[in-house]
Amino acid sequence: MKLYELTISQAAALLSERRLTSRELTQAVLERIDAVEDRISAFITLNADLAMAQADSADKTISEGRGTALTGIPLAIKDIICTQGIRTTCASRILENFIPPYDATVVQKLKAAGAVLIGKLNMDEFAMGSTTENSAFKTTHNPWDLTRIPGGSSGGSAAAVAADMCLGSLGSDTGGSIRQPASHCGVVGMKPTYGRVSRFGLVAFASSLDQIGPLAKDTRDCALLMNAISGHDPQDSTSVPEPVPDFTGFLNGDLKGLVAGIPKEYHASSGLDPEVMQAVNRAVQTLKDLGVRCVDVSLPHTEYAVAAYYVIAPCEASSNLARYDGVKYGFRDKTAGTLIDMYRNTRSKGFGTEVQRRILLGTYSLSAGYYDAYYGKASQVRSLIMDDFKKVFQSCDLLLSPVAPTPAFAIGDHMDDPLTMYLSDVFTLSANLAGIPGMSVPCGFSSKGLPIGLQLVGPHFSEGILLKTAYHFEQATDFHQKKAIL
Amino acid sequence: MKISKKDVVHVANLARLELDDAAVEKFSLQIGAILDYVDTLNRLDTTGVRSTSHAIFLTNAFRDDRIKQHLGQELALANAPEKDDSTFWVPRVIG
Repeated sequence: MKLYELTISQAAALLSERRLTSRELTQAVLERIDAVEDRISAFITLNADLAMAQADSADKTISEGRGTALTGIPLAIKDIICTQGIRTTCASRILENFIPPYDATVVQKLKAAGAVLIGKLNMDEFAMGSTTENSAFKTTHNPWDLTRIPGGSSGGSAAAVAADMCLGSLGSDTGGSIRQPASHCGVVGMKPTYGRVSRFGLVAFASSLDQIGPLAKDTRDCALLMNAISGHDPQDSTSVPEPVPDFTGFLNGDLKGLVAGIPKEYHASSGLDPEVMQAVNRAVQTLKDLGVRCVDVSLPHTEYAVAAYYVIAPCEASSNLARYDGVKYGFRDKTAGTLIDMYRNTRSKGFGTEVQRRILLGTYSLSAGYYDAYYGKASQVRSLIMDDFKKVFQSCDLLLSPVAPTPAFAIGDHMDDPLTMYLSDVFTLSANLAGIPGMSVPCGFSSKGLPIGLQLVGPHFSEGILLKTAYHFEQATDFHQKKAIL
Repeated sequence: MKISKKDVVHVANLARLELDDAAVEKFSLQIGAILDYVDTLNRLDTTGVRSTSHAIFLTNAFRDDRIKQHLGQELALANAPEKDDSTFWVPRVIG
Protein backbone atom coordinates (compact mmCIF):
# COMPACT_ATOMS: atom_id res chain seq x y z
CA MET A 1 0.00 0.00 0.00
CA LYS A 2 1.24 3.47 -0.90
CA LEU A 3 1.39 6.07 1.84
CA TYR A 4 -1.08 8.35 0.05
CA GLU A 5 -3.64 5.54 0.02
CA LEU A 6 -3.83 5.46 3.82
CA THR A 7 -7.01 6.48 5.58
CA ILE A 8 -6.81 9.11 8.30
CA SER A 9 -7.20 6.52 11.07
CA GLN A 10 -4.53 4.24 9.55
CA ALA A 11 -2.10 7.14 9.13
CA ALA A 12 -2.81 8.46 12.64
CA ALA A 13 -1.96 5.05 14.12
CA LEU A 14 1.34 4.89 12.20
CA LEU A 15 2.18 8.48 13.16
CA SER A 16 1.51 7.93 16.86
CA GLU A 17 3.52 4.68 16.83
CA ARG A 18 6.36 6.72 15.24
CA ARG A 19 6.51 4.35 12.25
CA LEU A 20 5.73 7.25 9.92
CA THR A 21 6.38 10.98 9.98
CA SER A 22 4.01 13.63 8.74
CA ARG A 23 6.87 14.88 6.53
CA GLU A 24 6.99 11.49 4.74
CA LEU A 25 3.21 11.32 4.48
CA THR A 26 2.80 14.91 3.25
CA GLN A 27 5.63 14.44 0.76
CA ALA A 28 3.94 11.30 -0.58
CA VAL A 29 0.62 13.12 -0.96
CA LEU A 30 2.27 16.08 -2.74
CA GLU A 31 4.02 13.65 -5.11
CA ARG A 32 0.69 11.96 -5.78
CA ILE A 33 -0.83 15.36 -6.62
CA ASP A 34 2.10 16.02 -8.95
CA ALA A 35 1.44 12.72 -10.71
CA VAL A 36 -2.33 12.99 -11.24
CA GLU A 37 -3.41 16.64 -10.96
CA ASP A 38 -3.01 17.33 -14.68
CA ARG A 39 -5.71 14.69 -15.29
CA ILE A 40 -8.02 15.53 -12.35
CA SER A 41 -7.71 19.33 -11.88
CA ALA A 42 -8.98 19.21 -8.30
CA PHE A 43 -6.98 22.12 -6.87
CA ILE A 44 -7.27 25.86 -7.38
CA THR A 45 -4.38 26.65 -5.02
CA LEU A 46 -1.69 24.33 -3.69
CA ASN A 47 0.39 25.30 -0.61
CA ALA A 48 3.25 22.80 -0.83
CA ASP A 49 5.80 24.82 1.17
CA LEU A 50 3.37 25.80 3.88
CA ALA A 51 2.16 22.18 4.07
CA MET A 52 5.71 20.90 4.60
CA ALA A 53 6.25 23.47 7.37
CA GLN A 54 2.99 22.36 9.03
CA ALA A 55 4.09 18.73 8.66
CA ASP A 56 7.39 19.43 10.44
CA SER A 57 5.55 21.23 13.18
CA ALA A 58 3.13 18.28 13.48
CA ASP A 59 6.05 15.85 13.76
CA LYS A 60 7.41 17.91 16.64
CA THR A 61 4.00 17.91 18.35
CA ILE A 62 3.72 14.14 17.96
CA SER A 63 7.26 13.59 19.28
CA GLU A 64 6.24 15.55 22.38
CA GLY A 65 3.27 13.22 22.82
CA ARG A 66 0.70 15.97 22.19
CA GLY A 67 -0.84 14.71 18.93
CA THR A 68 -4.57 14.42 18.14
CA ALA A 69 -6.30 12.14 15.62
CA LEU A 70 -5.63 14.72 12.90
CA THR A 71 -2.11 15.84 13.81
CA GLY A 72 0.11 15.59 10.75
CA ILE A 73 -2.73 14.47 8.45
CA PRO A 74 -2.78 16.13 4.98
CA LEU A 75 -6.24 17.58 4.31
CA ALA A 76 -7.59 19.95 1.67
CA ILE A 77 -10.32 22.59 1.85
CA LYS A 78 -13.02 23.66 -0.60
CA ASP A 79 -12.15 27.11 -1.91
CA ILE A 80 -15.30 28.65 -0.39
CA ILE A 81 -13.87 28.44 3.13
CA CYS A 82 -11.65 31.35 4.23
CA THR A 83 -8.00 30.64 4.94
CA GLN A 84 -5.94 33.46 6.41
CA GLY A 85 -3.25 34.62 4.01
CA ILE A 86 -4.23 32.03 1.39
CA ARG A 87 -6.25 33.02 -1.65
CA THR A 88 -9.93 32.05 -1.39
CA THR A 89 -11.64 32.43 -4.74
CA CYS A 90 -15.01 30.63 -4.57
CA ALA A 91 -13.96 29.62 -8.12
CA SER A 92 -15.07 33.10 -9.21
CA ARG A 93 -13.31 35.84 -11.15
CA ILE A 94 -14.80 38.32 -8.69
CA LEU A 95 -12.74 36.83 -5.83
CA GLU A 96 -9.78 35.69 -7.96
CA ASN A 97 -7.25 37.62 -5.86
CA PHE A 98 -9.05 37.71 -2.52
CA ILE A 99 -6.77 36.91 0.42
CA PRO A 100 -8.84 36.52 3.59
CA PRO A 101 -7.52 38.36 6.65
CA TYR A 102 -8.89 35.61 8.93
CA ASP A 103 -9.47 31.85 9.12
CA ALA A 104 -12.92 30.27 9.08
CA THR A 105 -13.73 28.64 12.42
CA VAL A 106 -13.42 25.15 10.87
CA VAL A 107 -9.93 26.06 9.61
CA GLN A 108 -8.94 27.36 13.05
CA LYS A 109 -10.16 24.07 14.49
CA LEU A 110 -8.25 21.92 11.98
CA LYS A 111 -5.09 23.96 12.56
CA ALA A 112 -5.50 23.63 16.33
CA ALA A 113 -5.81 19.85 15.83
CA GLY A 114 -2.47 19.89 13.99
CA ALA A 115 -3.77 19.03 10.51
CA VAL A 116 -1.65 19.79 7.45
CA LEU A 117 -3.63 21.95 5.00
CA ILE A 118 -2.25 21.27 1.55
CA GLY A 119 -4.50 23.39 -0.63
CA LYS A 120 -7.80 24.79 -1.81
CA LEU A 121 -10.16 22.74 -3.95
CA ASN A 122 -12.14 23.47 -7.09
CA MET A 123 -15.92 23.89 -7.04
CA ASP A 124 -18.81 25.40 -8.94
CA GLU A 125 -18.61 29.19 -8.71
CA PHE A 126 -20.11 30.26 -5.34
CA ALA A 127 -21.20 26.60 -4.92
CA MET A 128 -23.90 27.04 -7.57
CA GLY A 129 -23.97 23.87 -9.62
CA SER A 130 -23.92 20.09 -9.55
CA THR A 131 -20.93 19.35 -11.79
CA THR A 132 -17.98 21.69 -10.96
CA GLU A 133 -18.22 22.86 -14.60
CA ASN A 134 -19.29 26.30 -13.33
CA SER A 135 -15.81 27.01 -11.95
CA ALA A 136 -14.31 30.11 -13.56
CA PHE A 137 -10.90 28.44 -13.60
CA LYS A 138 -11.06 24.76 -14.53
CA THR A 139 -13.26 21.69 -14.84
CA THR A 140 -12.51 18.87 -12.43
CA HIS A 141 -12.58 15.36 -13.87
CA ASN A 142 -14.06 12.29 -12.20
CA PRO A 143 -11.18 9.94 -11.22
CA TRP A 144 -13.32 6.90 -12.20
CA ASP A 145 -13.81 8.19 -15.74
CA LEU A 146 -11.96 11.31 -16.78
CA THR A 147 -14.60 12.20 -19.40
CA ARG A 148 -17.23 12.58 -16.68
CA ILE A 149 -18.12 15.20 -14.09
CA PRO A 150 -17.13 14.60 -10.46
CA GLY A 151 -20.43 16.06 -9.28
CA GLY A 152 -20.70 19.35 -7.47
CA SER A 153 -20.52 21.81 -6.14
CA SER A 154 -17.78 20.25 -3.95
CA GLY A 155 -16.40 18.34 -6.96
CA GLY A 156 -12.76 19.14 -6.19
CA SER A 157 -13.23 17.96 -2.59
CA ALA A 158 -14.67 14.59 -3.70
CA ALA A 159 -12.27 14.00 -6.61
CA ALA A 160 -9.21 14.81 -4.47
CA VAL A 161 -10.22 12.24 -1.84
CA ALA A 162 -11.12 9.62 -4.47
CA ALA A 163 -7.78 10.13 -6.26
CA ASP A 164 -5.77 9.99 -3.00
CA MET A 165 -4.61 13.62 -3.39
CA CYS A 166 -5.44 14.23 0.29
CA LEU A 167 -6.54 11.97 3.15
CA GLY A 168 -9.78 13.88 3.68
CA SER A 169 -11.36 17.20 2.75
CA LEU A 170 -14.00 19.73 3.66
CA GLY A 171 -16.85 20.72 1.38
CA SER A 172 -20.06 22.68 1.77
CA ASP A 173 -23.61 21.51 1.10
CA THR A 174 -26.49 23.87 0.28
CA GLY A 175 -28.64 21.42 -1.72
CA GLY A 176 -26.52 18.27 -1.95
CA SER A 177 -23.10 19.72 -2.74
CA ILE A 178 -21.23 17.31 -0.44
CA ARG A 179 -23.40 14.18 -0.80
CA GLN A 180 -23.80 14.19 -4.60
CA PRO A 181 -20.07 14.52 -5.49
CA ALA A 182 -19.26 11.98 -2.75
CA SER A 183 -21.70 9.59 -4.45
CA HIS A 184 -20.29 10.25 -7.94
CA CYS A 185 -16.67 9.79 -6.79
CA GLY A 186 -17.19 6.79 -4.49
CA VAL A 187 -16.25 8.46 -1.19
CA VAL A 188 -18.07 9.12 2.08
CA GLY A 189 -19.58 12.59 2.55
CA MET A 190 -21.67 14.13 5.32
CA LYS A 191 -23.85 17.22 5.50
CA PRO A 192 -24.28 17.84 9.23
CA THR A 193 -27.41 19.23 10.90
CA TYR A 194 -27.82 22.94 10.17
CA GLY A 195 -26.05 24.76 13.01
CA ARG A 196 -23.85 21.78 14.01
CA VAL A 197 -20.76 23.23 12.30
CA SER A 198 -19.92 26.94 12.36
CA ARG A 199 -20.43 28.83 9.11
CA PHE A 200 -18.11 31.65 10.23
CA GLY A 201 -15.70 32.15 7.32
CA LEU A 202 -17.80 30.12 4.87
CA VAL A 203 -18.57 32.42 1.95
CA ALA A 204 -22.37 32.71 2.05
CA PHE A 205 -24.50 31.30 -0.78
CA ALA A 206 -27.89 30.60 0.86
CA SER A 207 -27.47 31.26 4.57
CA SER A 208 -30.44 29.22 5.83
CA LEU A 209 -29.28 26.14 3.88
CA ASP A 210 -25.43 26.22 3.82
CA GLN A 211 -23.50 23.79 5.99
CA ILE A 212 -19.83 22.71 6.00
CA GLY A 213 -19.05 19.00 6.21
CA PRO A 214 -16.39 16.34 5.60
CA LEU A 215 -15.55 14.09 2.63
CA ALA A 216 -13.51 11.04 3.53
CA LYS A 217 -12.29 7.62 2.41
CA ASP A 218 -14.41 5.79 4.99
CA THR A 219 -16.95 6.37 7.73
CA ARG A 220 -14.42 6.30 10.57
CA ASP A 221 -12.49 9.15 8.94
CA CYS A 222 -15.77 11.01 8.42
CA ALA A 223 -16.46 10.67 12.16
CA LEU A 224 -12.95 11.90 13.03
CA LEU A 225 -13.38 14.99 10.85
CA MET A 226 -16.84 15.61 12.36
CA ASN A 227 -15.26 15.49 15.83
CA ALA A 228 -12.80 18.16 14.79
CA ILE A 229 -15.13 20.65 13.10
CA SER A 230 -18.40 20.42 15.09
CA GLY A 231 -19.49 22.63 17.95
CA HIS A 232 -21.12 25.88 18.93
CA ASP A 233 -19.38 29.06 17.79
CA PRO A 234 -20.29 32.49 19.16
CA GLN A 235 -19.07 33.95 15.83
CA ASP A 236 -21.99 32.28 13.99
CA SER A 237 -25.35 33.37 15.38
CA THR A 238 -27.05 30.36 13.75
CA SER A 239 -24.67 27.89 15.36
CA VAL A 240 -26.51 25.64 17.84
CA PRO A 241 -25.29 25.17 21.43
CA GLU A 242 -25.73 21.39 21.28
CA PRO A 243 -23.18 19.09 22.96
CA VAL A 244 -20.87 17.30 20.52
CA PRO A 245 -20.45 13.57 21.17
CA ASP A 246 -17.34 11.61 20.17
CA PHE A 247 -18.69 10.45 16.82
CA THR A 248 -16.31 7.49 16.68
CA GLY A 249 -18.15 6.22 19.78
CA PHE A 250 -21.07 5.28 17.49
CA LEU A 251 -18.92 2.92 15.40
CA ASN A 252 -19.56 -0.21 17.43
CA GLY A 253 -22.33 -2.55 18.60
CA ASP A 254 -24.81 -3.64 15.97
CA LEU A 255 -27.83 -2.33 14.09
CA LYS A 256 -30.46 -4.59 15.65
CA GLY A 257 -33.66 -2.74 16.50
CA LEU A 258 -32.95 0.19 14.17
CA VAL A 259 -35.86 1.19 11.91
CA ALA A 260 -35.12 2.64 8.47
CA GLY A 261 -37.79 4.28 6.32
CA ILE A 262 -37.79 3.85 2.56
CA PRO A 263 -39.55 6.93 1.09
CA LYS A 264 -41.80 5.63 -1.67
CA GLU A 265 -41.76 8.98 -3.53
CA TYR A 266 -37.97 8.77 -3.99
CA HIS A 267 -38.10 5.29 -5.45
CA ALA A 268 -40.98 6.16 -7.76
CA SER A 269 -39.04 9.11 -9.20
CA SER A 270 -39.28 9.05 -13.00
CA GLY A 271 -35.65 9.91 -13.77
CA LEU A 272 -34.18 7.21 -11.54
CA ASP A 273 -31.60 5.07 -13.35
CA PRO A 274 -32.35 1.31 -12.98
CA GLU A 275 -28.75 0.56 -11.98
CA VAL A 276 -28.90 3.15 -9.21
CA MET A 277 -32.19 1.67 -8.02
CA GLN A 278 -30.70 -1.86 -8.02
CA ALA A 279 -27.63 -0.76 -6.05
CA VAL A 280 -29.78 1.01 -3.47
CA ASN A 281 -32.17 -1.95 -3.21
CA ARG A 282 -29.22 -4.28 -2.63
CA ALA A 283 -27.90 -1.91 0.04
CA VAL A 284 -31.29 -1.95 1.76
CA GLN A 285 -31.16 -5.77 1.72
CA THR A 286 -27.65 -5.72 3.22
CA LEU A 287 -28.90 -3.51 6.04
CA LYS A 288 -31.89 -5.80 6.58
CA ASP A 289 -29.46 -8.71 6.89
CA LEU A 290 -27.64 -6.69 9.54
CA GLY A 291 -30.82 -6.42 11.61
CA VAL A 292 -32.30 -3.11 10.42
CA ARG A 293 -36.08 -3.18 10.10
CA CYS A 294 -37.01 -1.42 6.84
CA VAL A 295 -40.46 0.09 6.42
CA ASP A 296 -42.09 1.95 3.55
CA VAL A 297 -42.83 5.57 4.41
CA SER A 298 -44.23 8.56 2.58
CA LEU A 299 -42.91 12.11 2.26
CA PRO A 300 -45.90 13.45 0.34
CA HIS A 301 -44.44 16.88 -0.49
CA THR A 302 -41.25 15.53 -2.09
CA GLU A 303 -42.35 16.53 -5.59
CA TYR A 304 -42.41 20.20 -4.52
CA ALA A 305 -38.92 20.30 -3.00
CA VAL A 306 -37.05 21.26 -6.17
CA ALA A 307 -39.46 24.10 -6.95
CA ALA A 308 -39.36 25.45 -3.38
CA TYR A 309 -35.58 25.16 -3.23
CA TYR A 310 -34.99 26.94 -6.54
CA VAL A 311 -36.93 29.92 -5.22
CA ILE A 312 -35.49 30.04 -1.70
CA ALA A 313 -31.81 29.44 -2.56
CA PRO A 314 -31.64 32.04 -5.38
CA CYS A 315 -33.49 34.58 -3.20
CA GLU A 316 -30.95 34.19 -0.42
CA ALA A 317 -28.11 34.18 -2.95
CA SER A 318 -29.24 37.38 -4.65
CA SER A 319 -29.18 39.10 -1.27
CA ASN A 320 -25.87 37.58 -0.13
CA LEU A 321 -24.09 38.33 -3.40
CA ALA A 322 -25.10 41.99 -3.32
CA ARG A 323 -21.91 42.53 -1.29
CA TYR A 324 -19.71 42.01 -4.37
CA ASP A 325 -19.65 45.62 -5.53
CA GLY A 326 -15.99 46.16 -6.38
CA VAL A 327 -15.45 48.48 -3.40
CA LYS A 328 -14.01 46.66 -0.38
CA TYR A 329 -12.43 43.54 -1.90
CA GLY A 330 -12.39 41.46 -5.05
CA PHE A 331 -12.38 42.41 -8.70
CA ARG A 332 -13.25 45.96 -9.83
CA ASP A 333 -13.86 47.07 -13.39
CA LYS A 334 -11.84 50.25 -13.64
CA THR A 335 -13.15 51.46 -16.99
CA ALA A 336 -16.41 52.93 -15.66
CA GLY A 337 -16.74 56.65 -14.96
CA THR A 338 -19.63 56.51 -12.50
CA LEU A 339 -20.29 54.48 -9.38
CA ILE A 340 -23.38 52.73 -10.79
CA ASP A 341 -21.55 51.76 -13.97
CA MET A 342 -18.65 50.51 -11.87
CA TYR A 343 -21.06 48.25 -9.94
CA ARG A 344 -22.68 46.97 -13.15
CA ASN A 345 -19.46 46.32 -15.03
CA THR A 346 -17.76 44.74 -12.03
CA ARG A 347 -20.61 42.31 -11.37
CA SER A 348 -21.23 41.46 -15.04
CA LYS A 349 -17.56 40.73 -15.71
CA GLY A 350 -16.91 39.15 -12.31
CA PHE A 351 -19.81 36.67 -12.08
CA GLY A 352 -20.24 33.68 -14.40
CA THR A 353 -23.46 32.75 -16.19
CA GLU A 354 -24.99 30.42 -13.58
CA VAL A 355 -24.37 32.93 -10.78
CA GLN A 356 -25.95 35.73 -12.83
CA ARG A 357 -28.92 33.47 -13.65
CA ARG A 358 -29.54 32.75 -9.97
CA ILE A 359 -29.11 36.39 -8.95
CA LEU A 360 -31.70 37.37 -11.57
CA LEU A 361 -34.09 34.58 -10.52
CA GLY A 362 -33.75 35.53 -6.86
CA THR A 363 -34.07 39.26 -7.47
CA TYR A 364 -37.20 38.66 -9.55
CA SER A 365 -38.75 36.38 -6.91
CA LEU A 366 -38.16 38.99 -4.21
CA SER A 367 -39.20 42.01 -6.27
CA ALA A 368 -42.31 44.12 -5.70
CA GLY A 369 -45.45 42.24 -6.72
CA TYR A 370 -43.82 38.80 -6.84
CA TYR A 371 -42.56 38.30 -3.28
CA ASP A 372 -45.71 36.60 -1.94
CA ALA A 373 -46.24 34.45 -5.03
CA TYR A 374 -42.69 33.10 -5.03
CA TYR A 375 -40.65 33.57 -1.86
CA GLY A 376 -43.70 33.58 0.41
CA LYS A 377 -45.22 30.49 -1.19
CA ALA A 378 -41.91 28.58 -1.21
CA SER A 379 -41.35 29.36 2.48
CA GLN A 380 -44.75 27.87 3.30
CA VAL A 381 -44.02 24.76 1.25
CA ARG A 382 -40.74 24.51 3.14
CA SER A 383 -42.80 24.14 6.34
CA LEU A 384 -44.80 21.29 4.76
CA ILE A 385 -41.58 19.52 3.74
CA MET A 386 -40.21 19.88 7.29
CA ASP A 387 -43.47 18.51 8.70
CA ASP A 388 -43.22 15.45 6.39
CA PHE A 389 -39.85 14.60 7.96
CA LYS A 390 -41.04 15.29 11.49
CA LYS A 391 -43.88 12.86 10.94
CA VAL A 392 -41.82 9.99 9.49
CA PHE A 393 -39.17 10.32 12.18
CA GLN A 394 -41.84 9.47 14.75
CA SER A 395 -41.80 5.93 13.36
CA CYS A 396 -38.25 5.47 12.05
CA ASP A 397 -34.69 6.36 12.99
CA LEU A 398 -33.41 7.24 9.54
CA LEU A 399 -34.32 7.21 5.84
CA LEU A 400 -32.55 5.38 3.01
CA SER A 401 -32.59 6.55 -0.61
CA PRO A 402 -30.42 7.18 -3.64
CA VAL A 403 -28.22 10.32 -3.55
CA ALA A 404 -28.45 11.16 -7.25
CA PRO A 405 -30.83 9.75 -9.88
CA THR A 406 -27.99 8.66 -12.19
CA PRO A 407 -24.27 7.94 -11.94
CA ALA A 408 -21.90 10.73 -13.06
CA PHE A 409 -22.72 11.97 -16.57
CA ALA A 410 -20.37 13.25 -19.27
CA ILE A 411 -18.73 16.66 -19.02
CA GLY A 412 -20.72 19.14 -21.12
CA ASP A 413 -23.94 17.09 -21.18
CA HIS A 414 -26.29 19.53 -19.45
CA MET A 415 -24.39 22.79 -19.64
CA ASP A 416 -27.11 24.95 -21.18
CA ASP A 417 -30.17 23.35 -19.63
CA PRO A 418 -30.42 24.67 -16.06
CA LEU A 419 -33.85 23.22 -15.24
CA THR A 420 -32.83 19.63 -16.10
CA MET A 421 -29.71 20.13 -13.99
CA TYR A 422 -31.76 21.44 -11.02
CA LEU A 423 -34.09 18.43 -11.21
CA SER A 424 -31.13 16.09 -10.60
CA ASP A 425 -30.93 17.48 -7.03
CA VAL A 426 -34.32 15.96 -6.16
CA PHE A 427 -33.10 13.51 -3.49
CA THR A 428 -30.73 15.81 -1.63
CA LEU A 429 -32.38 19.26 -1.41
CA SER A 430 -35.05 18.35 1.14
CA ALA A 431 -32.49 17.72 3.88
CA ASN A 432 -31.21 21.29 3.48
CA LEU A 433 -34.71 22.75 3.50
CA ALA A 434 -35.42 20.85 6.73
CA GLY A 435 -31.95 21.44 8.25
CA ILE A 436 -31.48 17.72 8.93
CA PRO A 437 -28.24 15.73 8.49
CA GLY A 438 -27.56 13.47 5.52
CA MET A 439 -24.68 11.41 4.26
CA SER A 440 -23.58 9.45 1.22
CA VAL A 441 -21.77 6.13 1.51
CA PRO A 442 -20.55 4.03 -1.47
CA CYS A 443 -23.05 1.22 -2.22
CA GLY A 444 -22.18 -0.10 -5.66
CA PHE A 445 -21.02 0.51 -9.21
CA SER A 446 -22.81 0.88 -12.52
CA SER A 447 -22.08 -1.50 -15.40
CA LYS A 448 -19.64 1.18 -16.66
CA GLY A 449 -17.77 1.06 -13.36
CA LEU A 450 -19.09 4.36 -11.98
CA PRO A 451 -19.65 4.68 -8.22
CA ILE A 452 -23.17 4.84 -6.75
CA GLY A 453 -23.95 6.22 -3.30
CA LEU A 454 -26.58 5.38 -0.69
CA GLN A 455 -28.10 8.37 1.11
CA LEU A 456 -28.84 8.19 4.83
CA VAL A 457 -30.90 11.01 6.32
CA GLY A 458 -31.96 11.41 9.95
CA PRO A 459 -33.61 13.85 12.36
CA HIS A 460 -31.78 16.93 13.66
CA PHE A 461 -28.52 16.00 15.45
CA SER A 462 -28.71 12.31 14.52
CA GLU A 463 -25.28 12.24 12.84
CA GLY A 464 -24.22 9.46 15.22
CA ILE A 465 -26.96 7.08 14.01
CA LEU A 466 -26.14 7.83 10.37
CA LEU A 467 -22.43 7.16 10.99
CA LYS A 468 -23.20 3.97 12.89
CA THR A 469 -25.42 2.65 10.09
CA ALA A 470 -22.90 3.60 7.40
CA TYR A 471 -20.09 2.01 9.40
CA HIS A 472 -21.83 -1.34 9.72
CA PHE A 473 -22.79 -1.20 6.05
CA GLU A 474 -19.10 -0.65 5.21
CA GLN A 475 -18.06 -3.55 7.40
CA ALA A 476 -20.38 -5.81 5.39
CA THR A 477 -19.31 -4.52 1.95
CA ASP A 478 -16.11 -3.51 0.15
CA PHE A 479 -17.32 -0.71 -2.15
CA HIS A 480 -15.45 1.97 -0.15
CA GLN A 481 -12.17 0.07 -0.57
CA LYS A 482 -12.25 0.08 -4.38
CA LYS A 483 -9.96 2.62 -5.98
CA ALA A 484 -10.14 4.46 -9.27
CA ILE A 485 -7.24 3.40 -11.50
CA LEU A 486 -5.22 6.41 -12.59
CA MET B 1 -43.71 33.55 -21.69
CA LYS B 2 -43.39 33.80 -17.93
CA ILE B 3 -40.83 36.58 -17.77
CA SER B 4 -40.56 39.12 -20.59
CA LYS B 5 -37.32 40.56 -21.89
CA LYS B 6 -38.42 43.88 -20.39
CA ASP B 7 -38.74 42.19 -16.97
CA VAL B 8 -35.26 40.71 -17.32
CA VAL B 9 -33.80 44.14 -18.09
CA HIS B 10 -35.65 45.62 -15.10
CA VAL B 11 -34.46 42.89 -12.73
CA ALA B 12 -30.90 43.10 -14.09
CA ASN B 13 -30.95 46.80 -13.25
CA LEU B 14 -32.13 46.08 -9.69
CA ALA B 15 -29.34 43.48 -9.34
CA ARG B 16 -26.75 45.83 -10.91
CA LEU B 17 -25.98 43.50 -13.80
CA GLU B 18 -25.35 44.67 -17.35
CA LEU B 19 -26.72 42.22 -19.94
CA ASP B 20 -26.33 42.29 -23.72
CA ASP B 21 -29.30 41.48 -25.98
CA ALA B 22 -28.31 37.84 -26.41
CA ALA B 23 -28.08 37.36 -22.63
CA VAL B 24 -31.48 39.03 -22.08
CA GLU B 25 -33.02 36.68 -24.64
CA LYS B 26 -31.40 33.57 -23.15
CA PHE B 27 -32.15 34.43 -19.52
CA SER B 28 -35.73 35.29 -20.38
CA LEU B 29 -36.27 31.82 -21.87
CA GLN B 30 -34.38 29.91 -19.16
CA ILE B 31 -35.77 31.80 -16.18
CA GLY B 32 -39.22 31.56 -17.79
CA ALA B 33 -38.90 27.76 -17.91
CA ILE B 34 -37.77 27.65 -14.28
CA LEU B 35 -40.68 29.88 -13.16
CA ASP B 36 -43.14 27.71 -15.10
CA TYR B 37 -41.82 24.75 -13.15
CA VAL B 38 -41.99 26.71 -9.86
CA ASP B 39 -45.68 27.29 -10.58
CA THR B 40 -46.29 23.63 -9.63
CA LEU B 41 -46.21 25.00 -6.05
CA ASN B 42 -49.60 26.58 -6.75
CA ARG B 43 -51.16 23.12 -6.86
CA LEU B 44 -50.75 23.13 -3.07
CA ASP B 45 -53.24 24.99 -0.93
CA THR B 46 -51.07 26.69 1.68
CA THR B 47 -53.76 28.78 3.32
CA GLY B 48 -52.82 29.18 6.97
CA VAL B 49 -49.48 27.35 6.62
CA ARG B 50 -46.66 29.06 8.54
CA SER B 51 -43.59 30.37 6.68
CA THR B 52 -40.19 28.88 7.42
CA SER B 53 -37.14 31.01 6.79
CA HIS B 54 -34.87 29.03 9.07
CA ALA B 55 -34.83 25.29 9.76
CA ILE B 56 -33.58 25.33 13.35
CA PHE B 57 -35.55 26.91 16.13
CA LEU B 58 -33.14 29.41 17.56
CA THR B 59 -34.00 32.77 18.99
CA ASN B 60 -31.60 35.70 18.91
CA ALA B 61 -28.02 35.01 19.89
CA PHE B 62 -27.08 37.76 22.33
CA ARG B 63 -23.63 38.68 23.53
CA ASP B 64 -22.22 41.33 25.83
CA ASP B 65 -21.64 44.66 24.15
CA ARG B 66 -17.89 44.66 24.62
CA ILE B 67 -15.08 45.50 22.26
CA LYS B 68 -13.32 42.36 21.08
CA GLN B 69 -10.38 41.70 18.83
CA HIS B 70 -11.13 43.09 15.37
CA LEU B 71 -9.44 43.68 12.04
CA GLY B 72 -7.23 46.75 12.04
CA GLN B 73 -7.49 49.42 9.35
CA GLU B 74 -4.58 48.03 7.35
CA LEU B 75 -6.00 44.49 7.17
CA ALA B 76 -9.52 45.73 6.47
CA LEU B 77 -8.18 47.72 3.50
CA ALA B 78 -5.75 45.05 2.31
CA ASN B 79 -8.02 43.61 -0.39
CA ALA B 80 -9.47 46.91 -1.62
CA PRO B 81 -9.11 47.46 -5.38
CA GLU B 82 -8.50 51.21 -4.87
CA LYS B 83 -7.63 52.85 -1.57
CA ASP B 84 -5.32 55.19 0.26
CA ASP B 85 -3.95 54.76 3.79
CA SER B 86 -7.31 55.07 5.47
CA THR B 87 -10.12 54.97 2.89
CA PHE B 88 -11.81 52.92 0.20
CA TRP B 89 -11.89 54.85 -3.09
CA VAL B 90 -14.82 54.77 -5.53
CA PRO B 91 -15.64 56.72 -8.69
CA ARG B 92 -17.10 60.17 -8.08
CA VAL B 93 -20.72 59.94 -6.87
CA ILE B 94 -21.75 63.63 -6.96
CA GLY B 95 -20.94 65.50 -10.16
